[in-house]
Amino acid sequence: MSRLSEFLSPESLWGRLDDVSGDAGHEDHPPRMGFFTDTSVCIGCKACEVACKEWNEVPDDGYQLTGMSYDNTQQLGASTWRHVAFVEKTLPSRAKPAPEVTDLGMPGSGPPGREVTLPHGEDQATESGDSGLRWLMSSDVCKHCTHAACLDVCPTGSLFRTEFGTVVVQEDICNGCGYCVPACPYGVIDQRKPDGRAFKCTLCYDRLKEGQTPACAQACPTESIQYGEVDELRVRAAARVEELHAKGVDVARLYGADPDDGVGGDGAFFLLLDEPEVYGLPPDPIVTTRDLGAMWRHVGAAAVALAGVGAASFLGRPFAGRWGR
Amino acid sequence: MSRGEQSMVPEPTFESYYGRPILKEPTWKTPDVPIYLWIGGVAGGSALLAEGAALSGLPGLERVTRLTAAGGAVVGTVALVHDLGRPERFLNMLRVFKPTSPLSVGSYILAPFSSFAGAAAASHVTGVAPRLGRLAGLGAAVFGPPLATYTAALFANTAIPVWHEAHRELPFVFGGSAAAAAGGTAMLLAPVAETGPAVRMAAVGAVAELGVSHRMEQRLGMLAEPYGKGLAGRLMRLSRALTVAGLGLSAVSAGASGRGRPWARRLAGASYSAGSLALRFAVFEAGRESARDPKYVVVPQRERIRAREEAARSAASETGSGTLSG
Repeated sequence: MSRLSEFLSPESLWGRLDDVSGDAGHEDHPPRMGFFTDTSVCIGCKACEVACKEWNEVPDDGYQLTGMSYDNTQQLGASTWRHVAFVEKTLPSRAKPAPEVTDLGMPGSGPPGREVTLPHGEDQATESGDSGLRWLMSSDVCKHCTHAACLDVCPTGSLFRTEFGTVVVQEDICNGCGYCVPACPYGVIDQRKPDGRAFKCTLCYDRLKEGQTPACAQACPTESIQYGEVDELRVRAAARVEELHAKGVDVARLYGADPDDGVGGDGAFFLLLDEPEVYGLPPDPIVTTRDLGAMWRHVGAAAVALAGVGAASFLGRPFAGRWGR
Repeated sequence: MSRGEQSMVPEPTFESYYGRPILKEPTWKTPDVPIYLWIGGVAGGSALLAEGAALSGLPGLERVTRLTAAGGAVVGTVALVHDLGRPERFLNMLRVFKPTSPLSVGSYILAPFSSFAGAAAASHVTGVAPRLGRLAGLGAAVFGPPLATYTAALFANTAIPVWHEAHRELPFVFGGSAAAAAGGTAMLLAPVAETGPAVRMAAVGAVAELGVSHRMEQRLGMLAEPYGKGLAGRLMRLSRALTVAGLGLSAVSAGASGRGRPWARRLAGASYSAGSLALRFAVFEAGRESARDPKYVVVPQRERIRAREEAARSAASETGSGTLSG
């Protein structure tokens, strides 16, 4: 019985798990499908956000302008299943202090025999050399974790693992308890008010079943969002990182691709050009069920202690020992 | 500095996406959920006291605690159902049993507890089927302690930093708090001459609540900040003051029966119980604060990565110093 084995084998709660659909009880299932989002080619067009909204008929979640950046969607939520983050990052000054010379406003002014060169930052450093501004864009989505905390904590079985290895909410079963919301280490799933139910990316489960590409990946004009078999995507992602490193883009790194990480690897992983937290991602997420054994042991010990305190409180009392009166 | 404002001096220790939260704030309602935590403790502890009272012949204490346990079960169930986004789908909770979901396990603790506590109280009040009533009371006493402590796993089994990282201490904090609340409620409501066991239970619970929550904050280090500031900090200090006042008043009313100063015992009971309630609100609010501020996600996780890398480096240098030359 798969349910029983799920609780007996520790790797079902955390750690590496290569056959995620099989572990969930799917026999004879298709390969695990997922997303590789290469943010180095994202142009921030938000076509993925729009395509997702349209295909999945996700309602509008208010028109909010925060003034923080051109990103007016701000975060993933019950009604935003793809979110393009715009990171406008000011880089600290790299330029050396300007030499104390009088600028005559003439070309080539400076001490004789020395060419004045404007400081060249990497990206889009300003000409003054005071600081540079770096633009990063990244389309975020549900990670479809190998060990999904939202799925683990759902008390109704509304969240389930599909045959493609993805994590989906059955809307008609969700009872609105909201437990999945704080359980997600990525802050993805949320409750839609006043509906009460929880919603998140389904990786277009309906399209997958018809052999189609998810709406966001299909709409992406630069192939920043790539859809396919997770194993193949991991190979492709590793090759892309190597390619970028060879071009001198040392900051390129994969996020969520490692099957040995805290969530057993993500079904949707990313190539980032900076630290994860710069994009609003946790640097080292861990599935909460990793500590489930310790939690229940401590709860049990505390319950026994409480019962002991209760019994001890009556020590010294005469034992009436009556059953009924 | 209010939330959403950008600091002119960036915090050197961590970066974030415009200071926006990484985690989602729990959607659980307040006061429903803190009250549910507290009343579960009151009801669970009262069921224990009721069985002890029945066994040692304290009818006044037994009556009060049986009614408290049953009343708490009803209020707790109502609070839980009311908190659901779709209360009409409450029965979906009983579709499956999932050990990985403390809320699922909790439903299977709350349901039998409520039935047993209700049956025991009904039998006690009406006098119908006394033996079955006692058996039901025993059942309630068995399910009472888990009811009082499972809520710690409910909170700990989330990504909320101050809850998850406290998963070792939280069950004992909640257990102690439950003993203080149940003992306190009995001290407040039962005939003073019969409250001896309740006084002892509340005192032990209060000391455990104070001691373990202090230890928890010590161990959490920087993560314990939300317990010390803002609304959660005020609630935590209120909880401590009330619990300490309960201990003090309890000592004033000391003596085998507390006959000399019954008011002090009543007041001590109310103080314990209110202290326990404030603690539940404090823990809830601290969790919300730690979800709102990305600092509590990024800084400890960065520290974890750093420690892991350091361990790997030192392990590598110990086992294979030869690799350095290669």
